[in-house]
Amino acid sequence: MDACIQGTEMKQLTITNIKRPGSDGLESVTVENGVITGWNLPHQGDVIDGRGGTVAPAFIEPHAHLREPGQTQKEDLASGLAAAAAGGYGTVVSMPNTSPVVDDPATVRALIEKADGLGLARLRPAAALTRGQNGEHLAELAYLREAGAVMFTDDGRTSEDARVLRLGLEYAHSLGMVVSVHAEDASLRAGGVMNEGPVSEALGLPGNPAAAEAARVARDLEIVAQTGARLHVQHLSTARALELVRGAKARGLPVTCEVCPHHLLLTDEALRSFDALYKVAPPLRTQKDADALLSGLLDGTVDCLATDHAPHTRAEKERDLLEAPFGIAYIEIAFPLMWTHFGERLGLGRLLDLMTAAPAHVLGWPAPTLEPGSPADLVVLDLDTGREVNPAGFLSKAKFSPWAGETLRGWPTLTVVGGRVAFRR
Amino acid sequence: MTAPATTPATTGTRPRHLLDFADWTPERLTALLDNADTMNQVLDRPVRKVPALQGLTVCTAFFENSTRTRVSFELAARRMSADVVSFAAGASSLNKGESLGDTVEVLTAYKVDAFVVRHPASGAAHLVARYSGKPVINAGDGRRAHPTQALLDAYTIRQEFGSLSGKTVAIVGDIRHSRVARSNAELLPKLGARVRLCGPATLLPAGLAALPGVTLTTDPREAVRGAHAVMALRLQQERMSGGYLASLAEYADHYQVNGRLLREAEPGAIVLHPGPMNRDLEISSDVADGERSRILRQVEHGQAVRMSVLYHLLVGRE
Repeated sequence: MDACIQGTEMKQLTITNIKRPGSDGLESVTVENGVITGWNLPHQGDVIDGRGGTVAPAFIEPHAHLREPGQTQKEDLASGLAAAAAGGYGTVVSMPNTSPVVDDPATVRALIEKADGLGLARLRPAAALTRGQNGEHLAELAYLREAGAVMFTDDGRTSEDARVLRLGLEYAHSLGMVVSVHAEDASLRAGGVMNEGPVSEALGLPGNPAAAEAARVARDLEIVAQTGARLHVQHLSTARALELVRGAKARGLPVTCEVCPHHLLLTDEALRSFDALYKVAPPLRTQKDADALLSGLLDGTVDCLATDHAPHTRAEKERDLLEAPFGIAYIEIAFPLMWTHFGERLGLGRLLDLMTAAPAHVLGWPAPTLEPGSPADLVVLDLDTGREVNPAGFLSKAKFSPWAGETLRGWPTLTVVGGRVAFRR
Repeated sequence: MTAPATTPATTGTRPRHLLDFADWTPERLTALLDNADTMNQVLDRPVRKVPALQGLTVCTAFFENSTRTRVSFELAARRMSADVVSFAAGASSLNKGESLGDTVEVLTAYKVDAFVVRHPASGAAHLVARYSGKPVINAGDGRRAHPTQALLDAYTIRQEFGSLSGKTVAIVGDIRHSRVARSNAELLPKLGARVRLCGPATLLPAGLAALPGVTLTTDPREAVRGAHAVMALRLQQERMSGGYLASLAEYADHYQVNGRLLREAEPGAIVLHPGPMNRDLEISSDVADGERSRILRQVEHGQAVRMSVLYHLLVGRE
């Protein structure tokens, strides 16, 4: 610790007793000035015992709602980025649908500056594609990029005007930036609060049909084909929309997509509880859809995982299903959930890839590695010890979870961001 | 996958609530209807009051207007000597900060013994059951369920034909938005009847075909053919603005329950309507007032059935 406390330039750290994926030998890694300096070198600086955990590049969350500015009763940068660090994430892409909307360079700069001072996960804001996310007039995408925005999206809303989306895709593409879309046709979705099907009809709840997602994905893929501009499709939930993306990739279109763990783990049957915890957008679908999404993760159609961390207050989520807001928050347990439930099917290598190199690729960043010279963004994972989910201990402000009490494996024990400890269990 | 236990309704074998019919066996439902016979006799006495619920307090919590259902429940409770306290609020007023959970906790703190809940959101009665821990009777939640209405419908049909077994019930109208249709589609097959749901395709969600004992048709003649009971549903006029219907005239021409349509039904078939009626829209006046109509009888039976439900949940000896 001394080197750090004295505020010298020499910030050093050594993590001992860790395994690299695919290897059983215990090793140590040394870090200096935010960069990995080497493996199994003489210890330097603060020494942390990795307790036999598996080390990986820290995760990248391409889709989170941190609610700052303006909705800090739900979450703020400090709670959201602490929760992310506890989940093993070193970098979080925040969505711009805050109050006000993140559509100007000053706000982007202010958010990054504030987050940098927290010493938690690193913030990389997405900015609005259109002013105020009004869907009509492009935001100042070039200025926003210069300020540090890493993605453009009107997420939180849907891009109803196809021409505006087309223009945004073209302009963003010329800047080397990716646009992401919440792909749902708002008119088909109408007032749906859950997947449309036998369950919604039995429960008497307005349904959101799978066609709302598929129709919008089909439209947007045609725009990609027309323009050749990069598009990232957020949180795919239906087998049909996934099939459309698969076809587009086969045609060579520059499209990527993400899937959320909750769409793999939960189905519309969960709504039989009438618990608004399960009210998410896009909605929980059927087991058939969940199976298709998992196949997409296995065959590479799905590029990366995202949690769509969308915290709300308990009071908001205790409203009835018509009134409660959409969203679920579990960034702290995303890896344990995936590892416990799908570790065998996916394998450790693919799962880590889906949470590190894959989201980096979506964002146009170099793939994070553990090689000397790489940024020291690291996570140490305890892949074996079972531990109960205890939402009361969440660092997020949303201290409730569908998985409360469930025993999971794969808990992060240490998250290092830029060579500094951002979380330690 | 890991949905929390929603309601403690299945503790023991006796359902604790009447939220829908999921936890209710045919035997228990039959006992409810049998007991309603006894309650009907009470209502025929010169003094229509029994002490069964003396000392207990029933709270009617109505987050949506419904004078008729509320009067029926309050009379049912009072005739059994319960104290009744009423809470009425537009659901929208709750949106100004207080969650449904908070409201229910406050009401529970008044130490009431049971809740009768009406709410515009499907599933709200389930939430009240979870938050209050008290027995809850669902008096209508969104499009989801209106179980005492279905029970009084079943009771009325049973009184006419002696049994539900082997009977066919046609329900005609705005199925999509109807909690009465959903509750009947859940209840009547449990008691041995077949249910045909009928309406224009825009108001007839295909997903309901998954319910056991239920068939769907957009053809009212097919729905009514050979039916023992024909139920017309109220058509909310706002469905027009929702784009579900082109015109009320076209709807009435094709789906009105009238003398012509009833010629397809079983001789002796009865006509039901959950009220309030739009005369000469979903039902013709002559049929509503005609010899086959049991619409006023339904209202009478509502009280007896609700007394039986209260007795079952609060006293519980069958």
